Amino acid sequence: MTTTVKPKIQVPEKKKESASRGSVYQSNQLNLWYDTNHALKNIDLDIKENEVTAIIGPSGCGKSTYIKTLNRMTETIPSVKTSGEIIYRGKNILEKGYKFEELRTKVGMVFQKPNPFPKSIYENIAYGPRIHGIKNKKILDQIVEKSLRGAAIWDEVKDRLNENAYSLSGGQQQRICIARCLAIEPDVILMDEPTSALDPISTLKVEELVQELKKEYSIIIVTHNMQQAARISDKTAFFLNGEVIEFDETDKIFSNPSDKRTEDYISGRFG
Amino acid sequence: MNYIDHESVAKKTNSRLLKNKVLKSIFLAATMFGLIVLAILLYRIVTQGSEYLSLEFFTSFASRIPENSGIKAAILGSIYLMLVVAPISMFLGVGTAVYLEEYAKKNKLTNFIRINISNLAGVPSVVFGLLGLTIFARFFGLGISILAAGLTMSLLILPIIIVAAQEAIRSVPKELRDASYAMGATKWQTILRIVLPAAIPGILTGSILALSRAIGETAPLVVLGIPTILMFTPDSILSTFTALPMQIFDWTKRPQVAFHDVAAAGIIVLMTLLIIMNSIAVFIRNKYQKRY
Repeated sequence: MTTTVKPKIQVPEKKKESASRGSVYQSNQLNLWYDTNHALKNIDLDIKENEVTAIIGPSGCGKSTYIKTLNRMTETIPSVKTSGEIIYRGKNILEKGYKFEELRTKVGMVFQKPNPFPKSIYENIAYGPRIHGIKNKKILDQIVEKSLRGAAIWDEVKDRLNENAYSLSGGQQQRICIARCLAIEPDVILMDEPTSALDPISTLKVEELVQELKKEYSIIIVTHNMQQAARISDKTAFFLNGEVIEFDETDKIFSNPSDKRTEDYISGRFG
Repeated sequence: MNYIDHESVAKKTNSRLLKNKVLKSIFLAATMFGLIVLAILLYRIVTQGSEYLSLEFFTSFASRIPENSGIKAAILGSIYLMLVVAPISMFLGVGTAVYLEEYAKKNKLTNFIRINISNLAGVPSVVFGLLGLTIFARFFGLGISILAAGLTMSLLILPIIIVAAQEAIRSVPKELRDASYAMGATKWQTILRIVLPAAIPGILTGSILALSRAIGETAPLVVLGIPTILMFTPDSILSTFTALPMQIFDWTKRPQVAFHDVAAAGIIVLMTLLIIMNSIAVFIRNKYQKRY
């Protein structure tokens, strides 16, 4: 079969200035095993700051696993082994003795399913600052307002801060989770399919939010939805069977991919 | 070609429906058996004991004369016993459950411990009495005291509390822990602020049910040699005491028939106490049960 099928996904115009940006994460020859299952194979990725990096690929390709190694959340699963290195701001986070609690105060994470704590909205946002030792009520109030504004949900919840976060809709809960993550003033935000459990309108709100957030934060987002990757990301990495097949500017990936498999995937031939 | 012959199915329908009806009544009978026995028991106890149930019954000590007998020493003893058992067994039980569920690596050793905790729950209470007598009363020299009995009872109900707490902790969704860890919280911060608050209704329910077992348990107290006629109330956890089930046990052993009615009055008090404790457990479970 010839490769004349043109990918149909439109990529909006984006400014290109990434050459001048520094790196937040560099993975060098990263390998990861679940028992004997080799889930990540020799991953080399260089992720720049203040960009949205999308990770796409079919189910089971290792994209979620990869994002979870970036804040060492894979370690909550027993029997995980890694080799290689992940350099975050000049330090190898996989090194023995690296305090991952410290890393996670700088790297926030938003999960696939909205997972607010069964507490009030206020307490959900104040959770991060509290565990890092902030007790002053005034400062906490300010952090809560700033974070909720940052996640574009302040106007919706400002009058009901003491209500349980579970009383909100799924889309609002996810933005509460984003606000909760902003409250620890992170440097990087990792998003693991943040909109897969949301309806289209909530998805749109989260996507707009991501565009807003990238001015201040570096964002790495795993997504199942290729249109989403095309809409919101600056760079896209395509994963397949635990390997990075292609990593490039998003418009290049979606208009002129250099690998046949990338083209097959984004034009919908598999995945 | 049809595989189902609808005519023969129709023929068999009646016998299938009959079978269903017969089994339904057998299961109903099984349910009623327990309920009826319980009702008869309650009726007999209430009719026998109610005439001795008065304010004096709660304010007088045991006596040689049935009319003057009371449960002051026994009820105070049981309360003191609970004051020792509740904190010790809950601290040890919840601590063990937190360690096994949150900290311990999942390997053969922890698996072995887990299985044996469940086995421990099946050990007869007399055996715990012997253990308490040997270790707490004799070896540590605590004698026949509230502390010795309290420690023995704590050991007895510890497995029940551990298993209940483990289940409560396990039912806290992993997503909540992940959210906490992902913000840089340590294990302990996550346990204290996320896991325990969500697990506490389950832990309390299990603990109260375990405590109500301890309050009605007699065998370990018999083995420890707790006295039954006591004309004073305990003044410290090291003084001797008697407890409600011991007092009841003693009255039922007496030859005079009147004492059997006194025992029935004692049983009413003990059962009321148990029902109150169980109701509190049910109330907590229903009120604070959270769905995720």
